[in-house]
Amino acid sequence: MNVVQEAWVYLNDPLNWTNSGGILDRLGEHLTISGAAVGLGLLVAWPLGIWLGHTGRGGGLVVLLSDLTLAIPTIALLTILPLTFLGFGKPPIIVALAVFALPPLLANAYTGVRQVDPETRDAAKGMGLSGWQLLRRVELPLAVPYLAAGFRTAAVQVVATTALASYVNGGGLGQIIAEGFGLGISAAGGQILAGGVLVAALALLVEGALALVERLATPAPLRPARRRADRETIATGAA
Amino acid sequence: MSLRDLAYQDAANPWFSWDYIRTNSSTILDALGEHVTLTAEAVAVAIVVAVPLAVVAYWYRPLSGPILALSGVLYTIPSLALLAFIAPAVGPTKSTSVLIGLVLYALLLIIRNTLAGLNQVPREAQEAATGMGYSRWGRLLRVDLPLALPGLLTGVRLATVSTVALVTIGALIGKGGLGNLILGGFRNNFFKAQITTGTILCVLLALVLDLILIFAGRALTPWSRRAR
Repeated sequence: MNVVQEAWVYLNDPLNWTNSGGILDRLGEHLTISGAAVGLGLLVAWPLGIWLGHTGRGGGLVVLLSDLTLAIPTIALLTILPLTFLGFGKPPIIVALAVFALPPLLANAYTGVRQVDPETRDAAKGMGLSGWQLLRRVELPLAVPYLAAGFRTAAVQVVATTALASYVNGGGLGQIIAEGFGLGISAAGGQILAGGVLVAALALLVEGALALVERLATPAPLRPARRRADRETIATGAA
Repeated sequence: MSLRDLAYQDAANPWFSWDYIRTNSSTILDALGEHVTLTAEAVAVAIVVAVPLAVVAYWYRPLSGPILALSGVLYTIPSLALLAFIAPAVGPTKSTSVLIGLVLYALLLIIRNTLAGLNQVPREAQEAATGMGYSRWGRLLRVDLPLALPGLLTGVRLATVSTVALVTIGALIGKGGLGNLILGGFRNNFFKAQITTGTILCVLLALVLDLILIFAGRALTPWSRRAR
């Protein structure tokens, strides 16, 4: 029996889905960790990015942060953080993944607010809007396509990197692959491949779903701007 | 963990220890060597594959959509899943498994940036080259590619830095270069000195390679320096 057939047998066995530590359990862990990491990233990056964009300062900081996180291996943070005050378990993993979600969120929030046409801004000021009103009524609505693009990039990246939590026994769908490699290719080649299919399918599914969300969140007149927002995120990369 | 732990070299499990580096220098150098080799091989193969694809996308517009989309999908697939696809087919103990994954990841960054560079070649330069009698290939090699070099180099830099970080993923099958130190340190009773040594070397390697590529880029494109 070749590996592909073995993978099919693995996926076709209901017990592999419903057992404790089975696929459904792992999927739940995966989504919990990813959701928490993206949420944490949003809480930090959006207020900061929007504020920096509004005041027009800190562009260098945004670039520096994305360059720096690109060079730090994911598994370095995943192994270091559990040994700090965060302790073992989910918190260090969530924090580690949130760190890698910061650059796309921050860069897009910053660019989104920054790219608002200076003439629009002047017109709003001329109409007597205060700084806060300008942000809330003019800059934020115009930044929505960028915020949505950043959210999508960050979320897809976090869902992908959550698979690496398995390196430190942190749960998630990656655990199926890591366990398979632990047993060896000859014994568990099918399990490894099946795990790979599940992880890849989840990432592509999230990517597709969020692309739709991004489209829905973007008002029709702003849609051409979406392409630009996509291009802004190239430099931030993924894991 | 705290500053006090960092200050005392005698701490039971310090974050950083010269003693560890001294006694394990050959292991560390081996890991570093494996890391550098994997990175260099991956980026080199990725350039060889990605640049022609970018040129194809540049020459035949209708193909640029599919080429970018395909490399985008490859980029979206999590690295661990990619390893899970490749390792059973290639052999889990071979570093080739890791290498193929690294190449597939680097592709998108190089294709996108090279294509962006090619698309920025001024129309006047293209027309002047054609008017001077350059053939399609001649124009590509003498005009288009040299003018697209800044874009290409940006792609190579991004690919190199992210590849250095990504090599560590191979630690799962024992082929992760410095990642072997990081993961090995974690599994070996949370040996902090080994984890931080691996991490610091990894970040330093990315930084050094990035600087080398920046200087190489300056040397290769003297005109862009003069323009500034």
